[in-house]
Amino acid sequence: MADELRIAVTADVDVVTARQRGREVAAQAGFSSGDQTVIAAAISEVARNILNYAKRGEVQLSVVTNGDRQGVIIVARDQGPGIPDVQRALEDGYSTSGGLGLGLPGARRLMDDFDVTSAVGKGTTVTMKKWRRMNA
Amino acid sequence: MAAKGKDPQAPLPDSVAQPESTAALLRELVALLRQNRTQLREEWARRITRAQLLTAMTEEEIFAEATSVYDNYVEALETGTFEALQAYARNLSERIIPRGVETHEVVGIVLLLRDVLARSLFGKYHEDFDKLYRILDAYEPAANRIANTVAVGFVQERERIIRQQQEAIRELSTPVLQVRERLLILPIIGVIDPQRARQLTEQLLRAIRTNRAKVVVIDITGVAAMDSNVANHLVQTVEASRLLGATVIVTGLSPEIAQTLVTIGVDLSEMATVGDLQGGIEEAERLLGYKVLPLEEVAPKA
Amino acid sequence: MEVPILKQGHYLIASIQSALTDADLSQLREALIERVGKFRARGVIVDVTALDVMDSFAVRTLRDIAHMARLRGAETVIVGIQPEVAFAMVQLGLTLKGVSTALDLEEGLLFLDQQAKLRIERGTGRIDRG
Repeated sequence: MADELRIAVTADVDVVTARQRGREVAAQAGFSSGDQTVIAAAISEVARNILNYAKRGEVQLSVVTNGDRQGVIIVARDQGPGIPDVQRALEDGYSTSGGLGLGLPGARRLMDDFDVTSAVGKGTTVTMKKWRRMNA
Repeated sequence: MAAKGKDPQAPLPDSVAQPESTAALLRELVALLRQNRTQLREEWARRITRAQLLTAMTEEEIFAEATSVYDNYVEALETGTFEALQAYARNLSERIIPRGVETHEVVGIVLLLRDVLARSLFGKYHEDFDKLYRILDAYEPAANRIANTVAVGFVQERERIIRQQQEAIRELSTPVLQVRERLLILPIIGVIDPQRARQLTEQLLRAIRTNRAKVVVIDITGVAAMDSNVANHLVQTVEASRLLGATVIVTGLSPEIAQTLVTIGVDLSEMATVGDLQGGIEEAERLLGYKVLPLEEVAPKA
Repeated sequence: MEVPILKQGHYLIASIQSALTDADLSQLREALIERVGKFRARGVIVDVTALDVMDSFAVRTLRDIAHMARLRGAETVIVGIQPEVAFAMVQLGLTLKGVSTALDLEEGLLFLDQQAKLRIERGTGRIDRG
């Protein structure tokens, strides 16, 4: 496992920090500025979800190499109330916080891999990955 | 490393009993190949011509390359290391690929050299089969590895060139043209895959900013088919352009594509479409505040 | 980080200088809406050139600013969205529907002037009694 970065999310300024770190990590991993922006936006969404629903949690960033692909892995974890219906939370327009309801479904569209596990009363973990091909 | 003398194909059990090591055999072999260099090299070049390989090259060129390949070949046999040969194979490929040399030709000439050398061994040792077997045991694995190294080097170089060309074609195939101040035209021709669609959008958005474009005409007359992914991407491109303050007009939607878009339910309500490119440019000029006048009205009045 | 709001003629110009937290964005919305009334502004320009990301909260706040300002008689235009940011936004499904956009400050001002002219031509301009 490559070195990883953990950002505690307890206030709205941490959302900004998380996405800025995410952009830096993506840049170091060789992602284009377009992809860096996409990754930063996705981190912003999942980090804000932590704040809105669980009040506190963390975002973990790491870089992996898999054959001729390089990827950024983002894990957003909290011990909040959990999501009762993950399927519904991933539908466009569904929101319980009065937002646009685009947080999770939007982030999913931005990333290549997207996975949510959640247990009511225990917390939620969102794992998402973005890949790029490495050129020889 | 070269084979260590425990080749499972070693035909004779008593050959194991021989004290001569593979290294010693290879040394003998190398000495032989050096000694007969001129003659073997000529024989090889002759067979290359006869087999009609490397037709894109002149005889002198073939002979010059054959000499380098021969020397590198012998050196690889001698040292048992393949880095130099690998580098040479890459370099050779770089030079001959643009001349149109094909993979089968490169594999063919290396196999021919293997045959020429093997035959010279038969000629030299035909009276001592024992020795012949042992020297072939030492020679064959190394020779096969050399053939492999050269062929793989060639194919890799070819793939690299193809990748490069694909990139170049992609860049070329999405030209963003500025036809007049603040008006860009993006004619799209051919097949759009997700990667190209993405590149196209990024190029267009950057061009909007650098040219301060207010109107963009995307002409898709030359696009034969469009699946829902690409269609959605087109819609996203239109929306992203608007976020930069530019209006997009899409022209040249074929009946088939129009049908596809309606069938898959792509939301076209935000998209301005005009039948053909000319109509699109006229509409763009209207948006930019230019007036298109019939010719007689432009005629000098005085 | 508070966003400076400048008054230029009938327009208010908010130019964002650095990354904003959700609280900063909400504060910008309050400040702008308050000032639209106070200065009887006809137009609002929010310059987002410095933003390298716009997520759903930022976009929702900008949309709210535009809608609320309109209810108070001012037209809003968002200027300076970066190409990469725009592309990420549309992939997120954030298209700022119903909100005007322009390339940069200059274009934004031009747009507001045109809107004002249109309103006068249509006779829907606000009557200034001041």
